[in-house]
Amino acid sequence: MDDLREVLKIVVVGHVDHGKSTLIGRLLYDTKSIPEGRIERVKAISKEKGKPFEYAYLLDAFEEEQKQGITIDTTQLQFKTDKRDYVIIDAPGHKEFLKNMISGAANAEAALLIVDANEGIQEQSRRHGYILSLLGIQKVYVIVNKMDLIGYSEGKYNDIKHEMNQFLKSLNVFPLKYIPVSAFLGENIARKSGEMPWYRGESILEAIDLFEKDNGLEDKPLRFPIQDVYKFDNRRIIAGRIESGKLREGDEILISPSNKVTRVKTIEYWPVKKDGNNTLEAGMSVGITVEDEFFNKRGEFISHKDKAPLSADVLRVNLFWMGKSSLVKNRKYKLKLVTQEEECEVLSINRVIDATTLETIENANEVRTNDVAEVTLKTKDRICFDEFRNNQGTGRFVLVDGYDVSGGGIISGVEESRKTVSSFVKNETGLNMNCFDEYFYIMTQNAVRRVESRPKNFGIGDTVPVEGDTYAYPESFDVIDLKNKLAARIRKSRLNDVVSLDDYKYDGSAVLNTQGFAAKVTSQEDCEKLQKDFGRLSGSGEDKEAAFANKWFDIMKYRNIKHKADSEFNNTEYQI
Amino acid sequence: MDHLDQLEAQSIFILREAYKKFGKLGMLWSIGKDSTVLLWLAKKAFFGHCPFPFIHVDTTYKIPEMIEYRDRMAKEYKIDLIVHKNEEALKEGMGPEKGRLVCCKALKTDGLQQVVTKYEFEGLILGIRRDEEGSRSKERVFSERNKDSEWDYTNQPPELWDQFKTDFPKGNHIRVHPLLHWNEIDIWSYIGRENIPIIDLYFAKDGKRYRSLGCAPCTGKIESNATTIDDIINELKDTKVSERAGRAQDQEDAYAMQKLRKDGYM
Repeated sequence: MDDLREVLKIVVVGHVDHGKSTLIGRLLYDTKSIPEGRIERVKAISKEKGKPFEYAYLLDAFEEEQKQGITIDTTQLQFKTDKRDYVIIDAPGHKEFLKNMISGAANAEAALLIVDANEGIQEQSRRHGYILSLLGIQKVYVIVNKMDLIGYSEGKYNDIKHEMNQFLKSLNVFPLKYIPVSAFLGENIARKSGEMPWYRGESILEAIDLFEKDNGLEDKPLRFPIQDVYKFDNRRIIAGRIESGKLREGDEILISPSNKVTRVKTIEYWPVKKDGNNTLEAGMSVGITVEDEFFNKRGEFISHKDKAPLSADVLRVNLFWMGKSSLVKNRKYKLKLVTQEEECEVLSINRVIDATTLETIENANEVRTNDVAEVTLKTKDRICFDEFRNNQGTGRFVLVDGYDVSGGGIISGVEESRKTVSSFVKNETGLNMNCFDEYFYIMTQNAVRRVESRPKNFGIGDTVPVEGDTYAYPESFDVIDLKNKLAARIRKSRLNDVVSLDDYKYDGSAVLNTQGFAAKVTSQEDCEKLQKDFGRLSGSGEDKEAAFANKWFDIMKYRNIKHKADSEFNNTEYQI
Repeated sequence: MDHLDQLEAQSIFILREAYKKFGKLGMLWSIGKDSTVLLWLAKKAFFGHCPFPFIHVDTTYKIPEMIEYRDRMAKEYKIDLIVHKNEEALKEGMGPEKGRLVCCKALKTDGLQQVVTKYEFEGLILGIRRDEEGSRSKERVFSERNKDSEWDYTNQPPELWDQFKTDFPKGNHIRVHPLLHWNEIDIWSYIGRENIPIIDLYFAKDGKRYRSLGCAPCTGKIESNATTIDDIINELKDTKVSERAGRAQDQEDAYAMQKLRKDGYM
């Protein structure tokens, strides 16, 4: 049956006017994949416009495209060989339509990169090569087109082949084949050309059947990002698409990043399934119910317990930028990774690369449209993901600037230690603290969450915010950091001193820890007892730590907790 | 997973994204084979429920059997159905004799726009497919329309890795296309496999059948002896005629569909 046939998606990319649409048009024409009506229509249009018949018109459906002879937007067309069905994706070659090229290429499993034999390798040939490597498309044939214009010269073909190979090698793209063709004349498209006896390889039509399809997504660790939770009837169904791996009824599952463990109770179908196959696998859009009904929300990852995804808030990424304005620091973007959405900003721009030369742009402090870059991103909350090399589907993301998807990228690694905090500073000594963070009860999550204040260093004499939305400290108080043995004095709302805890003397002012929780001390003696108790803690386990904290600290003395709706929480700005 | 399983899973993913993202969501139901498959997929995506209303823009020129079938199915499936007519234009005597494209614009495009405005839809699900026609082959899965339903097709947003356009100014809406990646044979194979009830206008009577359904005055039948779904699939495998060849409005101008669709046509 036809529905069991394999489908392969191929994108055709390359520089403007190197013949992408013509090649596809010719391929469709030669394989008789185009309805008569369409060919007749294109012939009529060509005649009307007083132009010769163009195979490209079969794809360039927009009036503007046909009039100007360019491809503006990507198209997908289908055709078949004896072996399998193909979706062939045409991508525009103009630099200004790069976002359309990327939209087309991101859907592909394999690529044909076209180079004009006469013009040779051009700017977009290289940029498109780079984009293919960033998209993780490894199955690439380079098509050297318009061989008729160079008299089918083997020497010139070999020069282009050599140059392209050098460039692509540096991107870790290794073309599987080079094929010399004339798309317009049909040489080496659907049939072997008689014009190039020196070429012993296949025609394009034969060659594409040799692309091997990637399988094995179901053999990777389970990644099931929650898309939505439904309660249409008495079932509470967790719905989503399995990105990789397999899932069975009864499996023990871990929900990240909240780290909850439960089991799959049922797998849900409509209409109710009669056969006994209860294994879900990569690619399926599914619904399950679980044994313990926690609060679940979109974006959380379901995995098996021993194979959890990564979770972090500082990411090293490679990205391409196609926004109207440049990617810059100190601006908020929305990061979308499978079903997660999280506010983020650029922590550092590590390297901006000119994709056409692979040269580093010196001292770049922004990523301009059509540039590619290595960047460190900071998300507001931790997100779940995998490194791209381990799992493509959960290792890539897009960035939204305002209303527009403006960039795409892949995660190359994690940086945990880059988190910036507020501190009280004197000379070289800094006491890191979270006293000015706020605590809210998030109503939709039924949980208390801490909202970080904007990181800031307070110097001697600087005013500090002694009153926030959810805390109110006295005008004068001390902050002690037991771990790093430091103390800071705040007097009349200004930072007065930062000293070693060994030199610290209690003088009757309120004492707080670095979280802003009140220490239960009323004398110098108490302070020393507190430090001694803390010294005995090391390595004695979490239970004792909690007992110690409850003995010595009063969370609510200067603090308060306020209600907040979830959406409000997501939009919270820094507090200072 | 076979080919149809993959198509189905992708469509369900798209439908669930639309339902999650848009507060006001509706599905256009034209009674034809594609939107009937869409209805089936919605029931699958939401485990037997249809959590949004269905919309039929009724030109009053539809083939009578379509309306009868519509009302019967709406009852059977317990669909929340919105039927809308552009009464103003009809009162003024709008019909195909005023010009096919003028009529399509008034009774379908403007009619649809009236529904969007009246119900303040943020998302509209439509059953169009890339293989139907050129301007549809260039579509996005989530495709933005401005407050006048216009489509800025020369400046479409990037769409990659199933991250769709879900941020847009208030007043605009998103056309959601869950069947964009299906072709005509896929549709019939799926109807056959899933045993989906389908209007019998598609099956041949007296050597003729409808291949695409629309308004009676502008929709022609094709020569055919296909009386079963398998017959239809076999017929389509050999055909060289395009699916919408029987739709008269498409033939009015070389760029008829592009022009209609720019203004908000389906």
